[in-house]
Amino acid sequence: MPKTLKHIDDVTIRFAGDSGDGMQLTGDRFTSATAIIGNDLSTLPDYPAEIRAPAGSLAGVSAFQLHFSSQEIFSPGDNPDVLVAMNPAALKVHLKELTRGGIIIVNTASFTAKNLKLAQYETNPLDDKSLRDYVVYPVDMSRLVAHACEDMGITTKTVERTKNMFALGVLYWMYNRPMDTTIKWLKQKFAKKPEIVEANTRALQAGFNYGSTNRIFTTNYKVDAAKLNPGTYRNISGNQATALGLVAASVRANLPLFYGSYPITPASDILHHLAGFRNFKVKTFQAEDEIAGITSAIGAAFAGSLAATGTSGPGVALKTEAMGLAVMTELPLVIVNVQRGGPATGLPTKTEQADLFQALYGRNGEAPIPVISARSPGDCFAAAFEAAQVALKYMTPVMVLTDGYVGNGSEPWIIPNVADLPEIKPNFFQGDEDEAFLPYKRNPDTLARDWVAPGTPGREHRIGGLEKEDGSGNVNYDPENHHKMVTLRDEKIKRVVEDIRPCRIIGEQEGDLLILTWGSTRGAARAALQKLLKEGKSVGHMHLRWLNPLPQDLGGILDKFEKILIPEINLGQLAQIIRARYLKEPHQLNLVRGRPFLTREIMDKVNELTG
Amino acid sequence: MAKNETTMEKQLTRMDFASDQVVKWCPGCGDYSILAQVQKVFPTLGIPKENYVVISGIGCSSRFPYYMDTYGFHGIHGRAAAIATGVKLANPELSVWIVTGDGDSMSIGGNHFIHLLRRNVDVNILLFNNRIYGLTKGQYSPTSPLGKVTKSTPMGSLDHPFNPPALALGADASFVARTIDKEPKHMQEIIKRSHKHHGTSFLEIYQNCLIFNDGEFDRYTDKDKKADNVLTLEHGKPMIFGKNKDKGIHLAGNNPRVVSIGAEGQWSVDDLLVHDEHDWIIASILSHFTYREDLPTPIGVLYAKAQSVYEELLDDQCHQAVKLYGKGDLQKLMSEGDTWVVK
Ligand code: SF4
Repeated sequence: MPKTLKHIDDVTIRFAGDSGDGMQLTGDRFTSATAIIGNDLSTLPDYPAEIRAPAGSLAGVSAFQLHFSSQEIFSPGDNPDVLVAMNPAALKVHLKELTRGGIIIVNTASFTAKNLKLAQYETNPLDDKSLRDYVVYPVDMSRLVAHACEDMGITTKTVERTKNMFALGVLYWMYNRPMDTTIKWLKQKFAKKPEIVEANTRALQAGFNYGSTNRIFTTNYKVDAAKLNPGTYRNISGNQATALGLVAASVRANLPLFYGSYPITPASDILHHLAGFRNFKVKTFQAEDEIAGITSAIGAAFAGSLAATGTSGPGVALKTEAMGLAVMTELPLVIVNVQRGGPATGLPTKTEQADLFQALYGRNGEAPIPVISARSPGDCFAAAFEAAQVALKYMTPVMVLTDGYVGNGSEPWIIPNVADLPEIKPNFFQGDEDEAFLPYKRNPDTLARDWVAPGTPGREHRIGGLEKEDGSGNVNYDPENHHKMVTLRDEKIKRVVEDIRPCRIIGEQEGDLLILTWGSTRGAARAALQKLLKEGKSVGHMHLRWLNPLPQDLGGILDKFEKILIPEINLGQLAQIIRARYLKEPHQLNLVRGRPFLTREIMDKVNELTG
Repeated sequence: MAKNETTMEKQLTRMDFASDQVVKWCPGCGDYSILAQVQKVFPTLGIPKENYVVISGIGCSSRFPYYMDTYGFHGIHGRAAAIATGVKLANPELSVWIVTGDGDSMSIGGNHFIHLLRRNVDVNILLFNNRIYGLTKGQYSPTSPLGKVTKSTPMGSLDHPFNPPALALGADASFVARTIDKEPKHMQEIIKRSHKHHGTSFLEIYQNCLIFNDGEFDRYTDKDKKADNVLTLEHGKPMIFGKNKDKGIHLAGNNPRVVSIGAEGQWSVDDLLVHDEHDWIIASILSHFTYREDLPTPIGVLYAKAQSVYEELLDDQCHQAVKLYGKGDLQKLMSEGDTWVVK
């Protein structure tokens, strides 16, 4: 049967299966092949907190969504156009989000009575017409991979494990993706197990051939390369980008990097990546707990390293007292919070933006610290780099807020030129040999105190958690001195505003409504803005990168719009800050479900407000 | 490599290590003696003054860094061990000294304490054990004996106490020693040994808190009592003590007991346990003399063994990685994996 090739602009695919089915890996491979083609893309891994919930159960479903396009895109897509369901449970969990008329590719072999029961299906959905609104491709993947690997003499179990590659092959055919990067990757990954490479390669090719020859598939699609900004690109996840941003800052500051951290989802990948950079003299330290993670980093900062610690909300809670110590000792330190659903253990693998108040206020005493947020996976690089710049210039801890979606999600990223990255000059004491060193003497512009690392002759000094006398740094309990120091520390952080770029509004520069976002909500908001502008709405979008201090010109911008809408994955934390600071009454859109906003949800809210 | 044994341009003295800050411990506090011994020993170790770092947590003992004219860090409660780990990992050239108390390192900072010991970072721990909370004004501590009556335990403490050397040995410490605030000579000697040890050295110092727990260690410090209650350990020597050097430790099976030795007695020196610093079993037996009224308290080096040092292993990995992958090249690192060009 002749096949037709259709040009389309934009596709969202969701791979779903059992935790053991390798869906994250399959998604990663498709992402890689898609990146090579030059599509813009955005991904959203969605996996359960349990490592392997019972096979076939609804709780054990793991998914990976990928949105790719020939246009610039900002979010991993609302509803998938294609659902790959490796078992009944995956179909059950994800069907409700599939676009009407969308494509479903299922592995029929897994639709057994037992699995149907586990997925709480009373009748087999493949037979009972409940899927009649969709285009269903039932494929017996298990039989087909068994056939492909017939003569290899490997166990049935090993063969069965390759069915994700078969599914990938089908999709490679369907969306015209090259297979070679995946084959190359298999060879590297399983270098010591050639039979695994062979079996997976055969399964991948079998899937591709099945698509191109089997008559049930009538159409395949072409999505052209997107017109992105010129440059050399790679695909990067947020946690990877954070790790690279920290290394880049250490290189540009000419300081060794120390990273003290305790494993926690979804931040551990930062530790994993950095642990692989020993040839950069990156010293990662897997501490005994969260407190040791940050206090070891404080020790390293005292000793003259660029020091950082990374964690998620529960870990930040444990680091609270130590953050105060870093404020008091005025040492440079980067603290990364990859936010997840809270409170307490909450939703460990899901995303949330509810740690903004914790970042801004979660310490005893007056302990202000600068807070920066990353808007997308690739932006984690710049956010981490900028945080280090500010930490070293102002001698202060700085908090970087990313989240589970940004940390685990990925997108194409322009690889920067090292020489174009700004050089960072740490605030080391510059005085000559005879000049007395006062540990709390400040730079008149930045109010940063001078940094001297142990090992420097003649500059011995003591710092610590007790209040210090301005200048000398001696322990001091004088009421007036304390007030002065509290004020100075506050003023120092306020001055960071000098380093913050002015606000930029996208879309209408004034008008009916301004969408104001921070962190990862920016993607869905930008996507919504594009569509709203096309519909002729008088809407602008302003994204906040720094949450403390806020940009100087924000107040003026808020005045230019009739209404302000703040979508946040919390119950209105930024909204409360805006209300308190600018005496404005923003509208809120708050959905706290452990996942990013859909573009449609923001559009609906804007339409409701603008009538 | 030994610690920072560089030649000194100028001979340092005790005064070089005294800061200009007024010492604010209660007059007569055991901490004064420890400060004096440390200030006496530091100039003799051959380490440039700028390479010393003194790090503490919270409590009376933890004010120590302010009184030393070295680099110092007064941390937060219990965290000195973790701060020190970061300092030493960042710069292995430094000579790092942790000053801590029984509350600081056995209670709120217990976790950091045991993990520091097992990692064997080359730093020195001086534990000022006064078996009481001083700075919070007199509650029982994790080393106070069962039944201790304090402000927070008017009917007596219900906690079975920690035994610091046993805890350290349990955490696989590579060096465990004890001394007493009122034994300045001995203390100096053991501080020197602590410094010499390659790896984490743990030195427990019995320290009298005369305000909240006066007399806790009288048995080991009173002129007429101490000889009969303190066993000074020497490597390779039989365990003899007593005013007349007529008592010793005999091991009956696994049970240590005090025996009299001498002309008429049934025991001779040959029946006594001989100290071997490298023997973990002996160290463990000695560590359990703590809190026992029928046995003397051992002071000196209970245990010392050679063991790999954390920051050296870390630096080795860094060198190894350079050999394997070349010196870090940021441009290359950022460009790893599949890349494509958009024109
Ligand atoms: S309270 Fe006790 S330990 Fe603290 S300074 Fe006074 S005597 Fe020393």
